[in-house]
Amino acid sequence: MAFVSQTDRGLSPRLAVSTASPKDYLALLKPRVMSLVIFTAFTGLLAAPAHVNPTIGFASLLAIAAGAGASGALNMWYDADIDAVMRRTRNRPIPAGRISRDDALGFGLTLAILSVFCLGVIANWLAAALLGFTIFFYIVIYTMWLKRATPQNIVIGGAAGALPPAIGYAAASGEVGLAGVILFAIIFMWTPAHFWALALVKASEYSAAGVPMLPSVKGPDRTRRAILCYAVLLAPLGLLPWFIGIASLAYGLLAFVLGALMVGFSLRVYFCRAGLKADRCAMQLFGFSILYLFLLFAEIAGEKLFALLPLSI
Amino acid sequence: MNENVQGGMKLTPEQERSRRQRNVAIAAAIGCIVVLFYAVTIAKLGPGVISRPF
Repeated sequence: MAFVSQTDRGLSPRLAVSTASPKDYLALLKPRVMSLVIFTAFTGLLAAPAHVNPTIGFASLLAIAAGAGASGALNMWYDADIDAVMRRTRNRPIPAGRISRDDALGFGLTLAILSVFCLGVIANWLAAALLGFTIFFYIVIYTMWLKRATPQNIVIGGAAGALPPAIGYAAASGEVGLAGVILFAIIFMWTPAHFWALALVKASEYSAAGVPMLPSVKGPDRTRRAILCYAVLLAPLGLLPWFIGIASLAYGLLAFVLGALMVGFSLRVYFCRAGLKADRCAMQLFGFSILYLFLLFAEIAGEKLFALLPLSI
Repeated sequence: MNENVQGGMKLTPEQERSRRQRNVAIAAAIGCIVVLFYAVTIAKLGPGVISRPF
């Protein structure tokens, strides 16, 4: 695991031993994506109608986080050629030459197997199966197939990023309930508007890397229309947790306001079509979409945590 | 045998340092897993962990 391939990189024997630090392996796990996975899985875990021992809950979240990290490492293993071309990703450990592709593959596979096994032993095998399916879907269906094949890549591939709350729900309750499905649906519907807002600005980089993102293939105007459609669908979907009773009226009001703002930001992107202002509008939507998802899930998690507090306090 | 020699190759100080860091990280990760599995076992079995028939 500690040897960088000499034939791949043409290095002398002296340089063939890896100089990768633990920090480089941590970067392979995509810590920022992992933190979002932990947060949404935690919300799913709290939304389940079952009491979870804190130790079991914590250990389950660690296993889910490890699964997300494995997905990140395997994604970087396969996409090293794309990462080397794009400015945003060219300093990642593999394109920068700090970790070899083989090492990343071994690291990712080991972590994937361990995470699924641990979640099965710690929580239950339904949650483990969902985690295994998520890793498979993200790597094989999205990374290896859809990402390079269709401009709808992130729509279908978004299912992998949307599954963590359902995994958390399953880890707590042993089933995938309506709440788990709705939390999945919210992230699934949120993903296209979020990624296409970024892709509008980075279209040239995606084109150079040969990734058929919607703005590069169908053009920015078609992308703006699609973003608006998904935002309009997302806004009422965000209200469903209140509608089915897993969140309070306060959540409902928050979801209404945030949903309206999401549509508003998407309308700005739709109408601002030229110059730097168009890029600024797209990046504002990208930033707001992160805030949107964070606030909705934080409100649900906060309400559930508050309900766990002893009444005597 | 010189400490810096591995498989006939002499490691540079940087390679030695990074290898040591990786080893420490692996040891820490294994230690954390052991503690985690111990805690999960206690949480799952509860007080029954010490009252099993032998």
